Amino acid sequence: MELTGAQILLKCLEKEGVDVVFGFPGGAVIDIYDEIPNFSVEHILVRHEQGAIHAADGYARATGDTGVCLVTSGPGATNTVTGIATAYLDSIPVVIFTGQVPRPLIGNDAFQEVDIVGITRPCTKHNYLVQDVCDLARIVKQAFYIARSGRPGPVLVDLPKDVLNQKCRFDYPEKVSMRSYNPNVKPHVGQVRKVAGLIRKAERPLIYSGGGVVSSKSHEELRWLAQELRIPVTSTLMGLGAYPGDDEELWLGMLGMHGTYSANMAIHNCDLLLAAGARFDDRVTGKISEFAPHATIVHIDVDPTSIQKNVSVHVPLVADCKEALGALQKEMQALRDEMDWERKHEQWLAQIQEWRRMHPLTYLDDEEKIKPQYVVEKIDEITKGEAIICTEVGQNQMWAAQFCTVKEPNMFLTSGGLGTMGYGFPAALGAQRAFPDKLVIDIAGDGSIQMNIQEMMTAVCNKLPVKIVILNNGYLGMVRQWQELFYEKNYCATCMDAQPDFVKLAEAYGAAGFRVTRKQDVQSVLEEAFALDKPVIVDVRVEQEENVYPMVPAGASLTEMLLV
Amino acid sequence: MRHTLSVMVENEPGVLSRVAGLFSGRGFNIESLNVAPTLEKGVSLMTIVAEGDEAIIEQIVKQLRKLVPVITVKDLTEVQSVERETVLLKLNAEDSKRAEILRVTDIFRCKIVDVSCDELTVECTGDRGKIKAIVNLLGRFGIKEIARTGNVAMKRSMQMD
Repeated sequence: MELTGAQILLKCLEKEGVDVVFGFPGGAVIDIYDEIPNFSVEHILVRHEQGAIHAADGYARATGDTGVCLVTSGPGATNTVTGIATAYLDSIPVVIFTGQVPRPLIGNDAFQEVDIVGITRPCTKHNYLVQDVCDLARIVKQAFYIARSGRPGPVLVDLPKDVLNQKCRFDYPEKVSMRSYNPNVKPHVGQVRKVAGLIRKAERPLIYSGGGVVSSKSHEELRWLAQELRIPVTSTLMGLGAYPGDDEELWLGMLGMHGTYSANMAIHNCDLLLAAGARFDDRVTGKISEFAPHATIVHIDVDPTSIQKNVSVHVPLVADCKEALGALQKEMQALRDEMDWERKHEQWLAQIQEWRRMHPLTYLDDEEKIKPQYVVEKIDEITKGEAIICTEVGQNQMWAAQFCTVKEPNMFLTSGGLGTMGYGFPAALGAQRAFPDKLVIDIAGDGSIQMNIQEMMTAVCNKLPVKIVILNNGYLGMVRQWQELFYEKNYCATCMDAQPDFVKLAEAYGAAGFRVTRKQDVQSVLEEAFALDKPVIVDVRVEQEENVYPMVPAGASLTEMLLV
Repeated sequence: MRHTLSVMVENEPGVLSRVAGLFSGRGFNIESLNVAPTLEKGVSLMTIVAEGDEAIIEQIVKQLRKLVPVITVKDLTEVQSVERETVLLKLNAEDSKRAEILRVTDIFRCKIVDVSCDELTVECTGDRGKIKAIVNLLGRFGIKEIARTGNVAMKRSMQMD
């Protein structure tokens, strides 16, 4: 039986196991919307296309599966670009379907026409313009395969309106066969042995784990290596949760610009740095020439372009982290009887504890004023590390990363690579849709939350009881911090004291709103808010000029930290 | 250093733009880029000449390999290869200069592919050095127009020590 392009698309989504699509309709995709009620795929109507792509991204990060987003042509498509770039830089599998004008009109500057394939070429893993309905099923199959495999990433499929009306026999390919795309996931045996040998010899080893460990689901292998071999672990922002944040002996916290003193000192002094699924971002390395100066660096990454890109690596290992860490685990198990791991790193671990004692992650608390770190600590205390934490971008994001105890992967969703303000709330909606029974909290700033606040209506309509906690300091705090430290307090354009009434705003949407101005109310209001079965905004008026510490100034060495 | 890359790609819409975009998006410079279909259906060969230190070329090669429609990437600089370029030169060629032009083009085994009263169009094929030399030599007669294909290249069958 022949199906239309629109029917084929929805059938493909069913075959891929997609249960929810975040989208916004328009003329070019109206045929798909006409068919949605006839298929099992649920559609969540957002209020802005940027919300749709971030929600699909949040769904993907929380589940470890692929998120799907559907928008119309022209402005619908261009509104997703920020979200596509966000997913691209953080290697998140998302498939984006965009409407396109009918094929005969392509290139004619037709109404709501844009070359979205051209626009998104540099920020997608791959993209397609479907020219024939008979190619549609194959392209969708490939799109999901490419998005999920190798280094994951967003894939866009552009759908001309007339292709959606064309008919063709539906035949979904069983397998994907592409002569040009075969990501290498298996590690080289010789290289794995070499790494095992290095671990065996190392006196001061350190694991630097990144988002690749989360996306490849290799946290169990990572934990084994760290705990059995007694190797301390630090992580990037994207890697939080891969190693349990409550291990007080081996877990050092995040490294880099706002990393802990102990993590940054450990990087500087280690003799073996085992980097897994991380890409040596400039926010992590500080001054490259002084990064891990005494270490032999091993780099495991599925993407060969990440290796040798920023730092010179001694032993590259191109492979999926799960495969590589699994192979390494086997090698080390074989060597186990020969070694006394327990005592081998005793001095090193003692040194790390000493650094931790000297400069713990802390802040100067206040009797009266509400410190933002205090609020995050309270959130962590109340939720016992069992909530999915989403963040916006800026100081709120760094405090969340520093003071939340992330115990499991896929529990801390944040825009790491692109640093997208407005990401957290719609991403939280995606996570909440994936896990209706979990507590999902967006830790926000007063600046960031205003970038996609319209999605409060999506939350209310779809009964997605996300809790937004605004650390409201009346500033674009991170830029203000830089202005304070490096621009002689020239607070140009960072003061946000003209604000909406967030409580009334929440109520206007049909959500609940709370305002906290006294320190003694923080805990009780958070508890009340988290207990409500509806979306909530908690507007917490925090100390205005609080800074994120430790801080490594841009371009400085990791040991040159500004401390509290 | 100058590198010649031989890149086999799926012959599909947008592939040239993906490759060119990779260079521009990362601030790499392309000296020349030549693309045409191969004997294999649906496959085209690109010959790209780019300049950069080892680290830059390594990134270019890896980034090219990462593009979904790219099948293989070979750096021909690492092996012995044959490189050729074709150039068309439209020259000022009044009667007094014509004999000298023909003598030079004969030495270089060029072809005259178009003639008028005061112009000659010369086709010349050769490696980079030959092309450079002929352009220099004929330059003194006055080149009115020039069109170059950019390099095409192929690994030599026998690799000599």
